[in-house]
Amino acid sequence: MTSSYAYEVAARVMDPELRVVTIAELGILREVVADRDRAVVTITPTYSGCPAMDVIRADVTSALRNAGWDTVEVVTRLRPPWTTDWIAESGQAKLAAAGIAPAGPVSLGMPGRRAPAPACPRCGSAQTEQVSRFGSTACKSLWRCGRCREPFEHVKAI
Amino acid sequence: MTAAVEEVLGLGDDALIAAQRLAEWCARAPEMEEDVALTNIALDQLGAARMLLSYAGELEGAGRDEDALAYLRGDREFRNVLLAELPNGDFAVTMAKLLFLAAYQRNRYQQLMQSTDDRLAGIAATAVKESAYHLDHASLWTVRLGDGTEESRRRMQSAVDMVWPYTYELFDGNDLRDGWLAVVEPVLAEATLTRPEEGGWAPRGGRTGLHTEHLSYLLAEMQVLHRAHPGAAW
Repeated sequence: MTSSYAYEVAARVMDPELRVVTIAELGILREVVADRDRAVVTITPTYSGCPAMDVIRADVTSALRNAGWDTVEVVTRLRPPWTTDWIAESGQAKLAAAGIAPAGPVSLGMPGRRAPAPACPRCGSAQTEQVSRFGSTACKSLWRCGRCREPFEHVKAI
Repeated sequence: MTAAVEEVLGLGDDALIAAQRLAEWCARAPEMEEDVALTNIALDQLGAARMLLSYAGELEGAGRDEDALAYLRGDREFRNVLLAELPNGDFAVTMAKLLFLAAYQRNRYQQLMQSTDDRLAGIAATAVKESAYHLDHASLWTVRLGDGTEESRRRMQSAVDMVWPYTYELFDGNDLRDGWLAVVEPVLAEATLTRPEEGGWAPRGGRTGLHTEHLSYLLAEMQVLHRAHPGAAW
């Protein structure tokens, strides 16, 4: 019942919306401190209004209870703020495999800068255009591939 | 040093009322992508409002949480700027409101990131990046509508003229107006729009609870369910 085992348990929790990546791969899970009786999990929310955060809190709590901890506390840390630069490379790859173009580096992607268009996660073409800056969730935008004609979502750099 | 309750409430109420107004576009926006955009922006604002109101409640120390503050205060207790409570009007008016508010919020949050109040600085650090996206969205539309057809230009200019007087209140108690003008004026220029001259009518009162009649109708709709079932939870 160590901190590192508790971290492993928490790290396996999947993101409820982007179901192919874990909260650790997304950089949401920041730290876990545990002793025999109590586990304290620190997470950083992605967007201010992200509705998945409540589900994540509940999932983390039940994962650690199932692993044997009686008392589980989930703490929110706001600084430093979450950024897509924290998404692990393995996470980016899994997103792409699921048809979601991963975020590029924030240094290029924030509004006002010349971000390169994401490559189509299905056919790889660079001939893509943005349909909407806001997609089905706060964190994604909606694009369309000029070559294979499929729409796809893109995690916005933030 | 911790922030003053009134200051945090002001920021939280700006976001809450802005969220409520934008949500009114849900299922009514001119096109589906815009429906998604406006409701996503509303969600960002609501998230910031929840964090700010929860904090204000803690600072106040009277046992009020985010729900009590959002649903059980009367309009005299709200501290949002009048700009936020104005009706949405047509799409151009909504974009003018969003342009002016988002430009203000982004600069204000940027300033608050340096606050000695850690909690407020943390909330601001998350919200500032979302504000940048809101500002970008409103700027793109302002330019498209202003430098558009005769009809879109007429409506966008009329929207700017109508909303402009409400922007003076944003800068009561802070020194952010010059920075705000530096953001907003180039957008208007690119949109081939003019802005009213300085020194015109400048309605105020929101920061001290003196609101327009519009807020009462907004609150009636926003609060009716909670007031009918106090303490109810999903």
